[in-house]
Amino acid sequence: MLQIGKLKKHRKLLLMINFVKKHYLIILPIVFIVLIAQMDKYDQLTTSGTFGAAIRLAIPICLAGLGGMFSERTGIVNIGLEGMMIMGTWFGAWAAWLYGPWYGIVAGILGGALFGLIHAVGTVTFQVDHIVSGVAINILAAGVARFLNVVAYADQPTQSSTQSPRIDGDVGDFSLPYLSGGADTPSFFGYLQDLNYPFISDIAGLLLGATSNLSYISIFALSLIPVAAWVLWSTPFGLQMRSVGELPTGSESLGVNVYLMKYIGVMISGGFAGLAGAYLVLESSGIYREGQTAGRGFIGLASLIFGNYRPFGIFMGSGLFGYADALQLRSDDAVHGLLILISLILFIFAIKQLIEKKYINSSLSIALSIGFLVWFLNSETVPSEFVYFTPHLTTLIVLSSASQKLRMPQKLGHPYRKGELN
Amino acid sequence: MKLSLKLTTLLAPVFAIIVAFSLSTIMLYLIGEDPIETFKIMYDYGKTGKSIVSILNRSVPLYISAVAVAVGFKMGLFNIGVESQYLMGALLSAALGAAVALPSFLHITLIIFVAVISSAFWAAIAGYLKVKKGVHEVISTIMLNYIGTGIIAYLLANIFFEKVELSTTAPQTDLLPETARIPSLNAFLGIEDLPNLHGFIIGAVFIGILYYWIVWKTSLGFDLRATGSSPMAAKFSGANPARLTILAMMISGAFAGLVGIAPLTGYFFKYTTDFPSGLGFAGITVALLGRNHPVGMALGAILLSFLERSAQILDLKDVPKEIEKIMQAVIVLTVVVAYEVVKRYVTNRQIKEASKVIADD
Repeated sequence: MLQIGKLKKHRKLLLMINFVKKHYLIILPIVFIVLIAQMDKYDQLTTSGTFGAAIRLAIPICLAGLGGMFSERTGIVNIGLEGMMIMGTWFGAWAAWLYGPWYGIVAGILGGALFGLIHAVGTVTFQVDHIVSGVAINILAAGVARFLNVVAYADQPTQSSTQSPRIDGDVGDFSLPYLSGGADTPSFFGYLQDLNYPFISDIAGLLLGATSNLSYISIFALSLIPVAAWVLWSTPFGLQMRSVGELPTGSESLGVNVYLMKYIGVMISGGFAGLAGAYLVLESSGIYREGQTAGRGFIGLASLIFGNYRPFGIFMGSGLFGYADALQLRSDDAVHGLLILISLILFIFAIKQLIEKKYINSSLSIALSIGFLVWFLNSETVPSEFVYFTPHLTTLIVLSSASQKLRMPQKLGHPYRKGELN
Repeated sequence: MKLSLKLTTLLAPVFAIIVAFSLSTIMLYLIGEDPIETFKIMYDYGKTGKSIVSILNRSVPLYISAVAVAVGFKMGLFNIGVESQYLMGALLSAALGAAVALPSFLHITLIIFVAVISSAFWAAIAGYLKVKKGVHEVISTIMLNYIGTGIIAYLLANIFFEKVELSTTAPQTDLLPETARIPSLNAFLGIEDLPNLHGFIIGAVFIGILYYWIVWKTSLGFDLRATGSSPMAAKFSGANPARLTILAMMISGAFAGLVGIAPLTGYFFKYTTDFPSGLGFAGITVALLGRNHPVGMALGAILLSFLERSAQILDLKDVPKEIEKIMQAVIVLTVVVAYEVVKRYVTNRQIKEASKVIADD
C-alpha cells in the first residue's frame, strides 16, 4: 500500500518517464540536435532558414505521400508516384511557362492524374501486378517527359532535351504579422532567435521558418493536408474509399462501386503527385530539369509507410525527410554535425541492447558508434558526395526502425474482380 | 492444344509492338513528321553491318541486367537496385583489375569474381533489411541506388583517382592491362571492316544457361519459384522465406555484377564518370518484355538495342530521336497488360477444356 501511495505521489513523474521511455527514439535525437546546434559551427541545424527550407522541401514529399495514401487506401499500391510526379514537373513547367504559375499547378495536377488513370486501367481493369504497372509507369513517364520536352521547346533559343526555359514561379508570399515580421511589422520569433538562448531560440527558429515567407502555393499545398484528413476520416466518400481497401467484397455488397472507387483513388493519387511535381518546379528550381524529382516520389511513399497511412503521420514523416534534405542543401557543416548525432544514437542503442543482453549486437553498435565519433573528430566536413544522399539514407534508417508496427490496408496489392470471393 | 496455348502467349509481345508502333506513328504525325519515312530510315540504318555489331554489343549487358532482375521477379522480389549494384561491382573490379598483374585467364577471372561478390553484397543489404526490418525491397533498393551512386562518386574521385592540380581530367581508374581484356570475336569469326564484336557475348549465352539451370533445374530454384507463386504453400513445403529472400537478392546482385564486365573488359578498360549507366533500369524493361524467360529476354534485349541504335540516325534527319524512348515505354506498358489478358484467356480456355472433359466422362 505504501508503495502505491508513493507511486501516486510521483504519478506525474512516472507518466513523464513512461512517455520518454516510449518515445525516446524521437525525443533523444531532438534533444541532441538542439545541443549540437549550440556549437557555432553547427548552428545551421536549427535556424529559421533551415526550417523554412525544410518545409519547402517537405511539401512535395508530403503531397506525394498523401497521393500514395489515396491510392493505397483503396488497395492499389502506387510505385508509379515518381512517374506521376515527373509528369507534374513537366506539365507544370510547360503551362507555367506559357500562361503563369497557377496554370502550371493545374496542368501539373492534370498531368499526374492522367498517369494515375493509366495506372488504374492497368491495375484495376486489367489486374496487372501493381508494382509491375507502377514500374512501367515510371519508365513511361521518363520517356514521355523527354520526348515532350524536345518537341515543346524546339524553337526556343535555349533548347535542350533535358531542361525547360526559366519560369517565373513567383506568386507572392506571406508572413504572419507581428510574430514573423509580415507586412513590415516587427518579428517576435526573429527577436527570440537572435537572442541565442538554448532551446528557446531553436524553437523560435522553427516557428519563424514555418510562418514566414510562405508562398501562396505553399499555403495552398499545406492546406490540403487537413482537407485530405477530413475527406478520408469524416466523409462518406472517405469511408467508402477505406472500405474498398479493407474489404472490397463487403463494400460491393453494400452498393459501393469498387472499381469506380479504385479509379478515383488512383487518379486523386496521381493528381497529388502531379501537384508535388509542379510545386518542385515552381517553388524550388524555377525550371524543369530531367531527374529533378530525384526519388522524391519514392521518399513520399516511404513517408506514407512511416506515417502509417494517415495524413498527419505522412506530414510528420515528410517533415523529417524534408529536414534531412534541407540540411543537405543548405550546409555541409550541419551534416557534419549529424555524425556526432549518429554516434550518440548508436551509443544509446548499444546500451539498450546491453540491457536486453544482446551482447553481439551491442558490441557492434558500440564499434559503429566509436567509428562515427572518430570520423567526426578527424574531419572538418562530410564529403559532398555523401551529403547528397542524406535524405535517402535517412529514409532507409527511419524505415528500418519504424516499419514493423504498421497496419496497412487489409487488401493492399490484391487484385479484385467483381463477383469473385477474395 | 497445349502448343496453341503457348503460341497465344507469343501474341502479347507482338501486340505490344504493334501498339507501340501505332502510337509512335500518331505522335510522329502530330509533330509533323512522315511516320513511314521515319521508320524506314530507322530500319535501313539499323540493318547495316556496323549497326548489327553495335546492337549485339549493346544487348549483352542489357540481357545480363534483365537476368539479374528476373531472378528477383521469379521469387516475387523487385530488385530495382541493379543499377547501383552493377556500377559498384564495375568500379571495384576496375580498380582492383588495374592494380594487379596476373596471367590473362586468372586476371579476367579475378575481375569477374570481384564484380560478382561486391554487387552481391550490395544487393544483400536490401534482402537483409526486408527480412530483419520489414522494409519493402522496392524502396530500399531505390534508396540504395542513390546512396550507392554517392559512394561510387566518392570512391572514384578520392580513393581510386589521384587528382593532379590544374588538370581537367575527369575522375577515372587506371587503364586495365592487356591481360585483363577480353578479346573481340572478329578474328575468330573472320569478320573484317567492322567494329569489334565483343567476346563476352559468349559469356552472356552462358549466363542465360546458368540462369535457366538455377531457376528451373535446382531445388533452390524450385523453392524460389514456389515462393514467388505461393509464399504460404512454399513455406509449408519447407522453404525458409527469410533465407531465400536474402539468397535471391544476392544471386540477383551477383548477376548484376556481371553487367559491367562487357563494357569494362571490352571497350572501356577503366571506370570513369561516363561509364554506361541506366542499364539496370533498362534491364527491368527487358525482363518484363521477355517474361523472365531466358530466350524471351534475349529477344527483348536485342529489340531494345535495335531501337536505341536505329534511333541515333534520326538526329541527322531532324526528327526527335526521343520518339524511341516513348516506343520503349509503350511497349513495356502494353506488354504487361497484354500478358495479363492472354493469361486470363488461357486460364479460361483451360477451365472450359477441363469442364468439357469432365462432362464427356
